[in-house]
Amino acid sequence: MCLKFYGELLEAQNQPVHSSVSWAAERHLLSALMWTPEIRHVASRKYAGQWREITGPAPVKMSKRRSAALTGAQGISLAQKLLRERLCHQKLPDQPVGLDSQYKHLLELLRRTAVHGESNSVLIVGPRGSGKTMLLGCVLRELMSLKEAQKNVLLVELNGLLQTDDKIALKEITRQLHLENVVGDKVFGSFAENLAFLLEALKKGDKSSSRPVLFVLDEFDLFAHHKNQTLLYNLLDVSQSAQTPVAVLGLTCRLDVLELLEKRVKSRFSHRQIHLFSSLSFAQYLDVVRAQLSLPPDFPDPKFSDEWNHSVTKLCEDKTVEEILRRNFNGSKDFRSLHSLLFLAVSRVSVSHSTLREADLIEAWRLISVDSKANVLHGLSILELCLIIAMKHLNDTYDGEPFNFQMVHNEFKKFIQRKSHSIHKFEKPVVMKAFEHLLQLELVRPVDSGVCKVQREYQLMRLMLEHGQVMEALQRYPQCPTDVKQWALSAFG
Amino acid sequence: MSHQKSFQYADLLSVLERVVDIMSAPDQYSYPSVFIYGHRATGKSHVVLSIMKDLELPHASVDCVECVSSGLLFHQVLSAFFGPDAAALLPRCPSLSDFVRLYKQMSSNSPATQTRYIILDRAERMRDMDFSLLPALLRLQELVNDNVTVILLSEIVWEKFRPNTGCFEPLLFHFPDYSKGKSLVQILSWDHHPSYTPELYASYINILLGVFFSVCRDLRELRHLAVLNFSKFCEPLEKGEAKESDIHKLWKNIEPHLQRAMQTVYLREVSSVQWEQQQMDEKEATTLRVLSAHAHIELPYYSKFLLIAAYLASFNPARTDRRFFLKSHGKIRKTNFLKKHEKTSNHLLGPKPFPLDRLMAIFYSVVDSRVAPTASVFSQISSLVTLQLLSQVGHDDQLDSPKYKCSVSLDFILAISRCVCVCVRLLDLLALSLVIQSQVVRQERSLFTAVSNLHLL
Repeated sequence: MCLKFYGELLEAQNQPVHSSVSWAAERHLLSALMWTPEIRHVASRKYAGQWREITGPAPVKMSKRRSAALTGAQGISLAQKLLRERLCHQKLPDQPVGLDSQYKHLLELLRRTAVHGESNSVLIVGPRGSGKTMLLGCVLRELMSLKEAQKNVLLVELNGLLQTDDKIALKEITRQLHLENVVGDKVFGSFAENLAFLLEALKKGDKSSSRPVLFVLDEFDLFAHHKNQTLLYNLLDVSQSAQTPVAVLGLTCRLDVLELLEKRVKSRFSHRQIHLFSSLSFAQYLDVVRAQLSLPPDFPDPKFSDEWNHSVTKLCEDKTVEEILRRNFNGSKDFRSLHSLLFLAVSRVSVSHSTLREADLIEAWRLISVDSKANVLHGLSILELCLIIAMKHLNDTYDGEPFNFQMVHNEFKKFIQRKSHSIHKFEKPVVMKAFEHLLQLELVRPVDSGVCKVQREYQLMRLMLEHGQVMEALQRYPQCPTDVKQWALSAFG
Repeated sequence: MSHQKSFQYADLLSVLERVVDIMSAPDQYSYPSVFIYGHRATGKSHVVLSIMKDLELPHASVDCVECVSSGLLFHQVLSAFFGPDAAALLPRCPSLSDFVRLYKQMSSNSPATQTRYIILDRAERMRDMDFSLLPALLRLQELVNDNVTVILLSEIVWEKFRPNTGCFEPLLFHFPDYSKGKSLVQILSWDHHPSYTPELYASYINILLGVFFSVCRDLRELRHLAVLNFSKFCEPLEKGEAKESDIHKLWKNIEPHLQRAMQTVYLREVSSVQWEQQQMDEKEATTLRVLSAHAHIELPYYSKFLLIAAYLASFNPARTDRRFFLKSHGKIRKTNFLKKHEKTSNHLLGPKPFPLDRLMAIFYSVVDSRVAPTASVFSQISSLVTLQLLSQVGHDDQLDSPKYKCSVSLDFILAISRCVCVCVRLLDLLALSLVIQSQVVRQERSLFTAVSNLHLL
């Protein structure tokens, strides 16, 4: 709504509306337009950030008229800025991809609360990175664009990671409803009384009808671990008792979240769940990749953006790139992993390297799919590597039973006595120090961590590496002596 | 390690390039969290902090070992970004909620003109702090809605950090370790002493690496050892016995010294001060006073026998007592000597508990003179428990028949029995105990080595 006003204001001054205006001037204008406290509520700090995304960020100071073509460096930097914002900062897209039915459902539900005063509760469930926060953001953005919703609706956002306790959560609710002064130093008997007081206080502020409040609970499953689940109980109780129109929205990654709720809490919940399971096909996935990497049509330098988009299209048609994207798609369909892959490729773009090439994507894929334990094994000393091979032999012989340092040392001594030419005998304390280094790197872990009644040499341990990982690490190990390799390959120690 | 020279090594350079690429220009966003892992002393903290200082990026560097509570972490971050006044606004025991709220408040007053970086060194400690701290910091950019990136540095791989229900996955970068030939020798040669040529120092380093490289690759350890032993290396040069080009002579001089260093200074059995002192008065050939117990512990006469008896009780199965310790034990049936489950046990699985009676029985048969069961003998047992050479198994309340376990190793026992007036029977007993130990390994070969070990006593 404000954007429309702003646009009209500018046109009234006979200047074309241009998205790249300095942020400070825009902020000043918006604050002048915010003449009611209700709008100030709505345009809370969270949406200040998103206003910026809607109106287009432009700290590069440029004139209000459409400028001439940018230089190469400026173009690259602006392109990087846009792409990084899309990939790193998780800027809200215009329309969520592949989630139409869920979008409509959620919007309808929230509209009923905001406009018609109906109380609701809903859970949005989906694996990590499937777009729950993104979906909610888009829905709230559209909701706030409705005239009736904007005037009345209050938004309270809680996060399970931050508000780890009910008391902290209550303070946060008070703060977000801007009722600290009203509450003052009052002492309440219980959580319920406090919450009732807050909701009552909202009524007094504006005529007799109560204002709808949207409670958004991120990491909903963490709230279920609080003592007695008081916050959840009271919020859902209010949503059932139809005094104030309240909507409780939970976002969680656990599919079994309902089992975590107590019986009395579960019965007050409306059992409405919106599941986000990505149903993209690979062709749609490729389209999404192309869309994510392309520059928008309102980019200041049309020639640059055309060239860029053209190179992106060609890149997406390349066979190796398609192979990489297919492997990523087979691993996980969510956008978060795609964003990290694309970000690693986009970060290579610079003035000297001004288009996205397939080598960048291949390099990015290599970085993502490397085995980190293999990297760690590469840097171990020969003695430590021999100990790992001894442990592998013990695992093979005794079928994965836990071992202790004495057994490993015994195996190592057998190797030294019989087969080794290059490695000479080390004293037991030196071998113990190498073993402790492996413990520190957590490549070996004690079976019951904490029981130290047993002597260090006899404490039972497990190897946290697999047979295949050890063999592969041996292949890559620099200047590995041949007798060590032979020992590793031999069947029985 | 602080050096003005830049790194010129190819594998590290490529990682450096990637890390610098991730850093953003002003007004651009960077990925919310980055995880850098690699072995100790590969330069993770040094490189990241140098990049921050050279490019003059706003950053807050926190070492998680110092942060006993999360409040200390919050305090350091806020004071680095917004000044000490902002940090003073934190309440007494700040929760993560307070931190995020205060950060949002501060950053709306002074918005970020470029990406702010929070660098968390030794991040593996964060797993032991509040469970929500790590996931929250990984997505801090989203929670505070500010241009901030969190960089985690650690020795341990990312798979061990991931919380149960998942979290925001950071970008992973590996800092490669140094290769022996190119990087390590060059880096260690930077410390060369001004009065000698760099080539001499480089050959010294090569000798040092020849001894220590197969055991340890930690740059800090190797540097420490290099510095400690260089004066010994240069001794022949100072005395005039050898020239700088006589590498072989210098090697012969230093090599036994380095081997001894591996058993003492490397293991921190002696301190570096002691080591340097010992080098200076080499002529007296004083034995080093090491930390480990077995070299210098002094026990009373009967305590030594008690300890040996305890060792035999712990590691020999009870069935064999009759055979070893009775003077006349009837016919020896040719049974399969050890039961099947005992074959892999004894010396590999650790000491077994034994009751007091058995200890005393073995003690009386081991000790070479007649000993009356007085309180002084029994009190020596409890002092052995206090010294943690024996450990008591089971509850303290069991006054009736307490059980004990021997907590010392064979080396210790052999060292003790050297001091004791050893009779042949004792040797036999120990040899038999070693034979039982070596049931697992092929008998003939290790019997030979076992006996030869004893002959060295």
